[in-house]
Amino acid sequence: MIGRRLNLWTTLRILALAALVLVWCYPFAWLISASLKGQQEIFSKGLNLIPEELLIENYMRAWGAAGFDNYMLNTALVTIGTVVLVVFHSALSGYVLGRFQFIGRNLVVGVLAATLVVPVGLTIIPIVDFASALGLTSSRLGIILALSGSGQAAAILLYAGYFRGLPNELAESAQLDGAGFFRTFFSVMLPLAGPVTATVSVLTFLTAWNSFLIPLVFTFGSPELRTLPVGMLAFVGSNETDWSGMAAAATISLLPVVVFFFFMQRYFVEGIAGAVKQ
Amino acid sequence: MNKQRKNSIVARLWTDRWIYIFLLPTVALIGTFTVYPVVASVWYSLLDWNGFGDPGAFIGLDNYRDLWNDPLFWNSFKNTLVFLVFAVPLRVGLALVLAVILNGVFPFVRLFRTGIFLPVVTTAAIVGVVMRYILDPTGGPINFAILETGIVDQPVNFLGSASLALYSAVGIWVWKWLGITVIYWMAALQTIPRDVYEAAELDGANAVQKFFRVTLPILTPFTLIITLITVIEATNVFDLMLTLTGGGPFYSTEVIDIFVYRHAFTSNIPRLGYASAAAIFFAAAVTLVAAVQIFLVTRIRKWRKL
Repeated sequence: MIGRRLNLWTTLRILALAALVLVWCYPFAWLISASLKGQQEIFSKGLNLIPEELLIENYMRAWGAAGFDNYMLNTALVTIGTVVLVVFHSALSGYVLGRFQFIGRNLVVGVLAATLVVPVGLTIIPIVDFASALGLTSSRLGIILALSGSGQAAAILLYAGYFRGLPNELAESAQLDGAGFFRTFFSVMLPLAGPVTATVSVLTFLTAWNSFLIPLVFTFGSPELRTLPVGMLAFVGSNETDWSGMAAAATISLLPVVVFFFFMQRYFVEGIAGAVKQ
Repeated sequence: MNKQRKNSIVARLWTDRWIYIFLLPTVALIGTFTVYPVVASVWYSLLDWNGFGDPGAFIGLDNYRDLWNDPLFWNSFKNTLVFLVFAVPLRVGLALVLAVILNGVFPFVRLFRTGIFLPVVTTAAIVGVVMRYILDPTGGPINFAILETGIVDQPVNFLGSASLALYSAVGIWVWKWLGITVIYWMAALQTIPRDVYEAAELDGANAVQKFFRVTLPILTPFTLIITLITVIEATNVFDLMLTLTGGGPFYSTEVIDIFVYRHAFTSNIPRLGYASAAAIFFAAAVTLVAAVQIFLVTRIRKWRKL
């Protein structure tokens, strides 16, 4: 009896969720479909998602002629650089904030917590002013530095929380073996923090890949350094009627991050769920 | 004696030198690109400053006075508030409903979670561009669909109509980010021990009573934190809004960040001091709201412990 009632509830739940998820993911299905259709077909076939024949030339147009090969390279370099730099600096500071008491610690923690609520509109003008004074606008390094220095407090707090939980015996035995502060961190502590490094890398990868304002304002004077979203805006600005080219370009831009997410889902979900529990 | 104390502080700083060396990269990066900009913005907001590289002229509080009399500033302030008022409850509420439904073990549950989550990982600025086409009145699939069902007899101009565009943006934003709030709620739901529900069942509570009398009260502190996070995120809609509407039509979707961006980066004569003043003014308002919320969270926590 009870089993049957549960089944009815479960079936209803599955049907409702299936309908919702179909609606939810429809824009992406439409996007992929439009990227494989001819210009006329997008309008004439309306809601039919299956293309008559697969047109790869839309992708060739976006990739080569519209410069998305170059945008992809820029995005990849900026993303990798940002992930490496964020892991490096947040692991170091997370370690000392999580395990040691020192003069100025509360100040650092307080300032970091406050940076969690700083809006981008407030920081962007001084960032551009400062970066252009140093010649860092129109440079990938400048974008990487600016991304690594804005809004990374969550990564630091994740590391700090993890290092705090590691047993003292590990550090003590390393010190008995003659390891100094530096060696204790790099050969004992950091390798143990693998799970956090994975979470921080995945979260930073997504924010860096998806970042828009900083790459946008840093590349005003240098179109060859545009990242994918900045290039996308420029592309539709000058080719507004090229629907299939737009769809191919958007698919190219979103595919890496979606594939990455499917493989790294676990770390991502753990990261954000952990953040709210803290 | 004073000298001795001073020496001991210096000695302590020296023993801890490695700690400070480890902090150096973070302090340099966050200091340069987050802390310094906030402080610098306060100074910039007092300048008449017409472009990067130009020296600004100190004009005191004139920028703030101009803002006060600028109807477009108040328009963007209002748009941001309208966005918050509609988008935040919608996202927090819908996500709670979905989290309750998704919180269990049944076939395809992982697939459903991933599906709801998919828009979250995509690039907001690209989604903004794509949605211009999806919502297009002449060739977009949404208008195809609603015309076919016969709900409307002419296409709806979701983004081109000044009375509708902001609400369309709310809908897209909620769709884009709902998955992350669902995860927050699921994390919160998992903190509720099973035996609380068992006790309620023994007392004869049904599913609805269990939700309203057990689940919701336990979730109250989470509700405040999740709402706070969502409010902060709802004030950061630059990427989506710039690519979706650019603030138009007729400034109807110009939120504060777009107002700042327009004055600083896209107008013929940039007004960097004026843009900074707008950012400071708005940040002060948000901080005030956040402070009230945090105050409420701590009050409720204290009150529950009594």
